Amino acid sequence: MLDRRDLMKRAGLTALVTGLASAKALALDTATLPFDNGERPLVRYRQKRPMIGLTSRPPQLETPFSIFNDGAITPNNAFFVRYHLAGVPLDIDPDKFTLEIKGKIDHPLKLSLKEIKKLRAVELIAVNQCSGNSRGFFEPRVAGGQLGNGAMGNARWRGVPLKTVLDIAGVQQGAKQVTFNGMDGPAMDTTPDFVKALDIDHARDGEVMLAYRMNGDDLPLLNGFPLRLVVPGYYGTYWVKHLNEITVIDNVFDGFWMKSAYRIPDTPCNCVEPGTAPKATIPIGRFTVRSFITSLADGARLKPGSTMLKGIAFDGGKGIREVAVAIDGGKTWTPAKLGKDLGKYSFREWKLPIKLAAGPHELKVRATNNAGDTQPTEPLWNPAGYLRNVVETVRVTAA
Amino acid sequence: MKHAPLLTLVAAALSLAALRLAALRLAALSLAALSLGSASAAPISYTLPDETAAFKAGPNLEVVQNNCTACHSADYVSTQPRGPKFKKDFWQAEVTKMIKVYGAPIADADVPKIVEYLAATY
Repeated sequence: MLDRRDLMKRAGLTALVTGLASAKALALDTATLPFDNGERPLVRYRQKRPMIGLTSRPPQLETPFSIFNDGAITPNNAFFVRYHLAGVPLDIDPDKFTLEIKGKIDHPLKLSLKEIKKLRAVELIAVNQCSGNSRGFFEPRVAGGQLGNGAMGNARWRGVPLKTVLDIAGVQQGAKQVTFNGMDGPAMDTTPDFVKALDIDHARDGEVMLAYRMNGDDLPLLNGFPLRLVVPGYYGTYWVKHLNEITVIDNVFDGFWMKSAYRIPDTPCNCVEPGTAPKATIPIGRFTVRSFITSLADGARLKPGSTMLKGIAFDGGKGIREVAVAIDGGKTWTPAKLGKDLGKYSFREWKLPIKLAAGPHELKVRATNNAGDTQPTEPLWNPAGYLRNVVETVRVTAA
Repeated sequence: MKHAPLLTLVAAALSLAALRLAALRLAALSLAALSLGSASAAPISYTLPDETAAFKAGPNLEVVQNNCTACHSADYVSTQPRGPKFKKDFWQAEVTKMIKVYGAPIADADVPKIVEYLAATY
């Protein structure tokens, strides 16, 4: 919950009270995402470069897509932001911060940030992607955050394996799940707090991490300072920010954000006939395979002749085996050269020299992971607008 | 109790670390008098930019402002899909979701007014 000072600090409310809502507009410019009603302000937030503003309270910021062409690592100041609840913790003293571990454990713990940092650290490069990344492209359209492709990012995370902390606490027999709660909270008591759960074996796999560094720096506040959960290969909904409460439970957690929200159809493709409702659903899990062209934007014009096509690919943790490109609308596919392997949870860069004759071209890219999973040529649909991973098409004109 | 020795070990390591930190802090304090910079992490006090989006003019605007802005900004509404499929039924479902799922305390009498505004304005 928010205290009064917190409430008054919330710039939006201050603006409403004083009636200055438009006078201090911080929108620098606008961006247009390529779907209907896709006009967005480019907004300036502390610790961030200009970002595509989806919503301001709670804040949701999308990464301008051109940044993904700069390298495999997404800079902290360009990393997307997604909150569910307006109670964003704005005043944090890292010296007073504590992480509580409780529930079905032998030794309840309260660890300070300094104590956590004394434990053996690990590093991992991993993609974080919002479940609803690319929702705006769904057809038929669905309700929810109307995102382009910029609600994803790849960072080098440093922290402590969750397993280390759970082992110190001593997980008891019969433990089934672990729940995660952060310092952010709802504006109203009646709104369910944002709490997520992982199965106990997943929580103890040694890869799930309590991260306090991101690309060599403290986490930006809006990315979960001072501590966030990193769940490699899994959608961002599990990467709880401002993490300060871990509870081991002996049942399956039935809170709203697991039981009702962030669920996908329980069908082999996790999809249903467009416009229909699934009969049964399961919690969302690992990323589907995706790949993007980053060096040319849709609608770009370039000179005929040779050009180096570049992009990125990633999946839910098997690692990328192949990226293939078609410059003829998808008839013939040529393998691209894969860039440096930064680990199975990272973006994998790729490039391919191509030659384009004068005229319009449809460029397509398709990745396959080490399990043989690939991307569909036609989009798969689900009512929440999750898991999008259709083969992407970039239309360009050489002239 | 099989974890107890491990815990004791870690606790000992942590308290040792705490002692070391206390010593460091003392040293830092005496240094702080000389230099403005400190290695210790400073508290963060973050300010969000002013909210720029506002609800468009339309029927029952006041009812909408009174009920919706406590939890979210107007851009949550204005960025939703548009068109004939996104009128009364769509917005009725959204308002119902806000009440049933997110616990919005919206009076029954206000519901049709909010739906009317949303369907007419967005």
